[in-house]
Amino acid sequence: MELLRDLIFDYTLRNVALGSALLGVVSGVLGCFAVLRRQGLLGDALAHAALPGICIAYLLAHAKTQIVLLLGAAVAGWIATILLLQIVRHTRISEDGALGIVLSTFFAFGIVLLTFITKRSDAHQSGLDKFLFGQAAALVAEDVTTMAILGGVALAIVVLLYKEFKLLAFDAAFAASLGFNTNTLSVLLTSLIVIAVVIGLQTVGVVLMAAMLVGPAVAARQWTNRLSAMIVLAALFGALSGLAGALISVSDEGIPTGPMIILSLTAIALFSLLFAPERGLVWDAMRRRMQKAALAD
Amino acid sequence: MTLSTSFIEDRSSAATLQAKVAVANPVEINDLTVAYRDKPVLQDVDLTIPEGKLAAIIGPNGAGKSTLLKAILGLVPVVAGSVQIYGRPYAEQRRLVGYVPQRSSVDWDFPTTALDVVMMGTYGRLGWIRRPGKAERDFAMHCLDQVGMARYADRQISQLSGGQQQRVFLARALAQDAQIYLMDEPFVGVDAVTERAIVALLQTLQHQGRTVVCVHHDLDSAPDYFDWVALLNVRLIASGPFESTFTAENLRKTYGGTMKAAIEHFQHFESDRLQMMGERRGDKGTRGQGDKGTER
Repeated sequence: MELLRDLIFDYTLRNVALGSALLGVVSGVLGCFAVLRRQGLLGDALAHAALPGICIAYLLAHAKTQIVLLLGAAVAGWIATILLLQIVRHTRISEDGALGIVLSTFFAFGIVLLTFITKRSDAHQSGLDKFLFGQAAALVAEDVTTMAILGGVALAIVVLLYKEFKLLAFDAAFAASLGFNTNTLSVLLTSLIVIAVVIGLQTVGVVLMAAMLVGPAVAARQWTNRLSAMIVLAALFGALSGLAGALISVSDEGIPTGPMIILSLTAIALFSLLFAPERGLVWDAMRRRMQKAALAD
Repeated sequence: MTLSTSFIEDRSSAATLQAKVAVANPVEINDLTVAYRDKPVLQDVDLTIPEGKLAAIIGPNGAGKSTLLKAILGLVPVVAGSVQIYGRPYAEQRRLVGYVPQRSSVDWDFPTTALDVVMMGTYGRLGWIRRPGKAERDFAMHCLDQVGMARYADRQISQLSGGQQQRVFLARALAQDAQIYLMDEPFVGVDAVTERAIVALLQTLQHQGRTVVCVHHDLDSAPDYFDWVALLNVRLIASGPFESTFTAENLRKTYGGTMKAAIEHFQHFESDRLQMMGERRGDKGTRGQGDKGTER
């Protein structure tokens, strides 16, 4: 109960919990489309690609205003996406290969810039390294507001274009034959994933962001056979793990929030994979064993 | 299964549709060349498909059959040539064309139901943002019923058999309420029930004056299903009414000297044809794999 009171009245905890839950909802919803389009790793590439963007934005603007840094992250993520699509289109490199190339190149470049910035004699501690693993505890009310606005826009677009995104994910060729511009839809959806990534950078960081997109979707898919229900569940699972991560991390000084969110999410996903009715592995194994026994009789 | 002959009745689009349709041939392809990188997939294809035909596109693997359908639908970049639907570019005539992609082209584990997939056929009419409502739902249900799948409306699509999945795809095309139907291998890997359902559906569509173009693999069954044929192997070998076009000479040209099995198939078919001079065959007992086993 004390925890609940803190959640409402404690400024820091409230921001951390709200921010984490928000991230969970947005990345849960967009992760569904990423996973169904077999682009689960796209989020990973985008997150890693964001790092040099953050650094360049910092160097250019000489400030660590949140919105400037996030803008840098978004631009870099977006460039990486376009690059990725071009590599797949114009070379014989497959999508996962291209993903690997873009991801590590951008990330390496980001690390170089990061090291350069932190070693610069004139620079006071930039605090940019918090983007590597996230630092949810440092979220302030202003950050949460920005996250809410960005996330709200992304979710509104998903609601508006739900029918189109569903069709794109299920049968892109058919969508194109009906006259929907699948390239535009694809770029738009990826841009929304960039938004989710940008929201997540401060909270869980570059390295763990991929799990934030894939985890809720994979867990939600286990419980339902309908896309709409899957999306709602994924949002719920995302929010729950965000909250759980925030609450667990305040219980002890030494526990970081971002990794705790991911671990909570993993717990939900693992439970879903094992015990969800119909698709759960445990029931699957039991069914097979019973069939075997029946056959042996 | 009930096959209503008037599934576009009471639709305001019907009148304008007739007006658009009257002038030209359903599909007219001029000098079409499509290439994947530097390798031509289709070369200088000239093909006109007349109104109201059940047309088969037949040829060996890699002949560009699916690509031809995709080129008609504007899904692949065209190097040269043009495609016209009733005398105008496809982009202006989308509403007149229904498409059944290959069943294997989508992930059937996608979280959705049979009815939901069929409703996707109405998305083109709905356009951007507008959601399907009760009218679309009822129409989709009606289309499912036409392929004998109404009972499975709420089934998750991965829980359907291959044939049932194929019928869902056909129902989705029916929901497009089109004048021309392009179908990519609708008979591949389906059960006998589905096969009969598809044949009945093709005939219904023809009775309604619609045109159907099917990519087809199986040389044995082709004469039973279609009355018009285009033989394709990168280039168009021959096209026209089935009887006069589906000849040994044309098939040899299509499949080449190396395609012995195809010729054997044909000889098999030829002797069948002699047999059926007097009696029109109803059912064929054995059905071969077409050229499936004779890929280059």
